[in-house]
Formats: sequence, structure tokens, C-alpha cells
Amino acid sequence: MDKTPRTLPRKSATFDDYTLSEIRRAASTGIYDIRGAGAKRRLPHFDDLLFLGASISRYPLEGYREKCGTNVVLGTRFAKKPIELKIPITIAGMSFGSLSAQAKEALGRGATIAGTSTTTGDGGMTPEERGQSKTLVYQYLPSRYGMNPDDLRKADAIEIVIGQGAKPGGGGMLLGQKISDRVAAMRCLPKGIDQRSACRHPDWTGPDDLEIKIHELREITNWEKPIYVKIGGARPYYDVALAVKSGADVVVLDGMQGGTAATQEVFIEHVGQPTLACIRPAVRALQELGMHRKVQLIVSGGIRNGADVAKALALGVDAVSIGTAALVALGDNDPHYEAEYNELGSTAGAYDDWHEGRDPAGITTQDPELAKRLDPVKAGRRLSNYLKVMTLEAQTIARANGKSHVHNLEPEDLCALTVEAAAMAQVPLAGTDWIPGRGGY
Amino acid sequence: MNELDLHKVGVRGINSQLHSLPKNTNEKHWVIQNPRGQHSIAVGLDAPLQIDIRGHVGFYCGGMNKDAELTIHGHAGVGTAENMMSGVVWVKGNSSESAGATGNGGLLVIEGDASSRCGISMKGIDIVVGGSVGHMSAFMAQRGNLIVCGDAGDALGDSIYEARLYVKGKVASLGADCIEKEMRAEHLADLERLLKAAKRKEKPSDFRRYGSARKLYNFSVDHADAY
Ligand SMILES: Cc1cc2nc3c(=O)[nH]c(=O)nc-3n(C[C@H](O)[C@H](O)[C@H](O)COP(=O)(O)O)c2cc1C
Repeated sequence: MDKTPRTLPRKSATFDDYTLSEIRRAASTGIYDIRGAGAKRRLPHFDDLLFLGASISRYPLEGYREKCGTNVVLGTRFAKKPIELKIPITIAGMSFGSLSAQAKEALGRGATIAGTSTTTGDGGMTPEERGQSKTLVYQYLPSRYGMNPDDLRKADAIEIVIGQGAKPGGGGMLLGQKISDRVAAMRCLPKGIDQRSACRHPDWTGPDDLEIKIHELREITNWEKPIYVKIGGARPYYDVALAVKSGADVVVLDGMQGGTAATQEVFIEHVGQPTLACIRPAVRALQELGMHRKVQLIVSGGIRNGADVAKALALGVDAVSIGTAALVALGDNDPHYEAEYNELGSTAGAYDDWHEGRDPAGITTQDPELAKRLDPVKAGRRLSNYLKVMTLEAQTIARANGKSHVHNLEPEDLCALTVEAAAMAQVPLAGTDWIPGRGGY
Repeated sequence: MNELDLHKVGVRGINSQLHSLPKNTNEKHWVIQNPRGQHSIAVGLDAPLQIDIRGHVGFYCGGMNKDAELTIHGHAGVGTAENMMSGVVWVKGNSSESAGATGNGGLLVIEGDASSRCGISMKGIDIVVGGSVGHMSAFMAQRGNLIVCGDAGDALGDSIYEARLYVKGKVASLGADCIEKEMRAEHLADLERLLKAAKRKEKPSDFRRYGSARKLYNFSVDHADAY
């Protein structure tokens, strides 16, 4: 053998293993990659922010003894019946169709025990989730699958979906494999065919029309229900301003880490802005309109723990919403099913082929045998436990910063670990008083 | 007969009055005066009322209607009878874009012309248009019948699912996956029934039928150009 020293085999940072596997997959199938979950690339996020805590210049509150409020009221602008939640963490809209009926029921149960709301999704409202959800937000989507005035009147709030963080500007997709008889009937379509959801609403375009649409929904429901407008993190400053102008009671803003049931990988990873980058422009739009805290702002996209909740609130958000984390709390991607994830060519923690309907955890499926694996009562309890932990964590941080309500957290309680995060969150880089973009540099 | 003057009570006054009526009310016949093109008139009705609107209306008149029979004695704006569940909405004049959008049931009659996107995403509603419809009508139409006694604009029935389209006049062009289909006895019977319900004089045999080629029902790379 030739003993000449050789360099080690080196893989390209540009053409990494994942990229190569995608090229091979595309070449063999001719179809773009579709998957569930949110952006997986590393992005500036809440981990890049830290709370300062209190010492001499700020006064902390006593943990466990001094009260720290967590309630939030949504829909105070126009609705006759605003909703009050015990905690500032809601369950995001996830469609029946993408999720099993058991999973939807579990979300309702968990949210109700924890004192918060859950949300329907593309595909309409199921009796299971209405029955188990004390506070249920009904989504009004471009497809209008399952939309009807009876369910509209049964809802506690209405969420007009304009976009999602995983795919701002994109429509929906439920592949034929997941269309059971029940899902097909709710959507008025034949079984087994791909169900495409349009990306624009069928009967309005633009903010002037949206105002009229909101007015119609208020008239149908006698001005009782809060009306939310959900947008993906595209142009948050302008989109939030236009949602307010159109008459929204609440704006839901979903950043690019936000989960999806099924979207093209290229869309998930390359369109939209990170959650962290969306918040300050959105809050600024509300402040400039004199509407901060009057039109409530809910933010979602990669919220995982009480620290994320506290940081979002400190940046001016009224509540957060969770999708992916709620599914994990129910049992999604649990290592318990590792062998089955392996059989599907994946591993626990990475499984995202939710559109195929073969979820071993029985959550993102319509297969009755798989769906049976999820006990809605037990899974609901796990979700409520998790929501309580997040709330306790957020309270712990709020008290440490001397706040008697989580809503009293403020940007001044934060610093950033990276220049990027400092610029996006408009808080000083740790150890400095430098906020990039302020003061001319 | 009861009369409501929109000029005096506003849209809110009209809708709250109509919503407050019990389903078995004896006060079934209502006339709405001075609609003045306002939006969201008589939306979300849920009782077998008979309503005459004396003039033009704006967006979403009769939206999400259940059971009521509305007659608009004038023209109608965008999204007339959007997401209707049952009952009848009858427009004496023309109707703007997205008439009958996502409608689940009931009958929408437009004596004049309808604009673009008539019957978009329809889910079971029957729509009879005396005149012509604009482009992208019956886009992603899922179920129900759209009958056009005049002509249809470009891209009729684009990405259509199981809805049935009948056009008497010319079709400017068909959208992706929409084709002309054979007219069988069941279709002629449907047409006859709906033309009669809409008090039309046209003969069913003068219409041509269009519907889905069902080639886009499950994604295939060979049809990628059609998307
Ligand atoms: C399985 C699944 C289904 C979803 N379905 C919908 C939907 O029907 N409508 C919608 O507006 N958003 C939908 N979303 C997005 C969520 O509402 C939410 O914006 C997102 O999950 C929040 O980000 P997170 O997952 O990082 O918490 C879905 C998300 C997931 C994970």
C-alpha cells in the first residue's frame, strides 16, 4: 500500500449529507419533499436572550409567597364576550384530519384543566373537541372545510387564518392516505384523494375586504365573539397594522419555526421570518396605533418552556400559543416507539412524515388502530401538567424580575447573547448598552 | 308583512331583529327598505323566513343562510350567499365576484350576470345564473351544480373536484383538470329540476356539461405542469 500521507476524506459543508440525500430523493421521485413540523435549521431564538433578574437596583418578589398573576383577557376591543384564560399559553389550531379525533380530544381536555383555550383547524370542529374544550377558538380558513354557522355560534372565538409561519403565502395539503370516511365527509370530498386547501380566501382579497368580512362574522354572531386574525411571520409590522385596521380583536402571529401538518420542506425552511424577528415590529405597529394591550397579540412558533413564554411576554406579547410542544406532551416522537420510528426510516425526535398517517404515537394519523394507542384522558393530563410547568417557570422568572404579573415583564428585563438577537429583539447585547440599530449605529 | 328600514335601524338593527325570531315564528314575511348597498345584510339567518330586500346590497348578503328565502330586488355585491347551508337566495339583478362561494346547500339564483369566481369552492349548493359568469368560476368546486344560461369566462372549473357545471353558451376556456363530459339522463333530470326551480325557460338539452377529469386527485409528477 502506498504510504504517502493523504488528507482525510472531507465532506462538503455546502453539500452536506442531508443535502445529498435530498438530491437523491428528488432525483428518484420527481416530487418535492413534504413533511410536518416547523423549520429545523438553527435560527436566532429565545435561547439567545437572557433575563437580568433583580438585586439592588430592582426588587424581587418572594417565590411561592408573593402573588404573580398569569391571567389574560382576549378580545376586549369589540367583542361583547371577551375570553379570559388563567394562563397566557393557548393551544394552536391543528386540524382534525392532520390529527386524530383522540388527539384533538386530548388537546381539549388538557387545555381545559389548565384553564386555557384550544383551537380547531382546517377541516372543521369535531364534537369531541367542542365537548372537551371549555374555551374553543374556531378557525375560519380559505378552504372553509367544515365551516358552518352552527359551529360558528358554538365557538368562543373566531380565528380568521390568513397564514401560518411554516408557510406564509402557502395553502394546505392533506394527502389522500389520511382521508378517512369521516374526514372526507366533513370536507365534502371523496375519500382517498389529496385535499388541497387554497392559499387565499375565496370571497375577499386585501385589507379593505377583510374589514367587511370581519363585519359579516360579527353580524352573524351578534358581535359576541372575539375575532382573531392569524398571520404568518412575513411582514409583521405592516400585516399587524392592517389586521388592526381591519377590525381584529386579537392578532395571532406565527413565526417560521411554527409547526405544520404537511408542507414542502423548501417552504418550511426558506420562507418567513424567525419568531424572534417578528415580535418587535408587531408590537411597534400596535404601539404606534395606540392599540398595544387593546388588541391582544398572541405569538407562536417554537415556544417550548416557561422561559420562552416569559421572554415573549417581556417583548410585549399578551399570550403565546403552542402546537409542536403540545403534541410532544401528548406523546409525539416518544423514544418509547423507537423501534417503530426506525422501521419508518426515522428516529424518535426526528419523525416528521406526519402526512403519511402512520404515526406510531397515534397522534398525526387517521388509522383507527394507531389512533387507539392514544388515551385522550391520560394524554390530556400530560398536556395540562406540561402547561402548568411552563406557567410556573414563567412565574418564577417574573418574580425574580420583581413582577407581580407576567404581563409586567418588559424589554428592560432582558439582554441578548448575540448581536443578531440584540438587533431582532431590540435589547442590549449582554454586558453592553448597545442595541444594534439604535442611536445611529 | 313586517317592514324594516335600514336607513333607520342600520345593518345591526336588521340582523338582530331577524336573528331574534324563533324558528316557528308567525312573522315570516319581512321587507327590508333602503338597503343602499350596505354589507352583511340578512346574514346568518336560521329560520324559514321570507325576506324581500328592496334595492341593491353590498358584500355577503344572505351569507351562511339557513332555511330563509331571500329575494334581492336589485344588484348584489361580492360573496352573495357565501357558505349558504340551505334555503334560497334570489338576486333579481347582477351579482359581483364569488357569488355562492363555499356554499353547502340551498339554491342561489342570479337572474342577471355573475362576476368572476362564481361558485368558488362550492360544497353542495346549487347555483343558477341567468346571464354569464366571469373567469375562474367554480374554482376548486367540490360538490353541487352550477348552471350558466349565458357564457362562462376563462378557466372555468379550475382544479375542480366533484361539482357539476352546465353551460348553455360559450366557455372561454376550461381550467386545469376540467373537461367536457357526457350528458346523461340523470344530468338532464337535474338540470330540468333546477331550471324549473329558478323559473328559467331554457331547455336542458341546449346545455353542455363540464366536470373533473380527476387527474389531479392524487399528486403525480407527470401532471406537475397543470399546477
Ligand atoms: C399537526 C399540525 C397541524 C396544524 N394545522 C393547522 C391548521 O389547521 N391551521 C392553522 O392555522 N395552523 C395549523 N398549524 C400551525 C399551528 O396552529 C401553529 O401555528 C404552530 O404549530 C405553532 O408553532 P409550534 O408548533 O412551534 O408551537 C398546525 C400545526 C401542526 C403541528
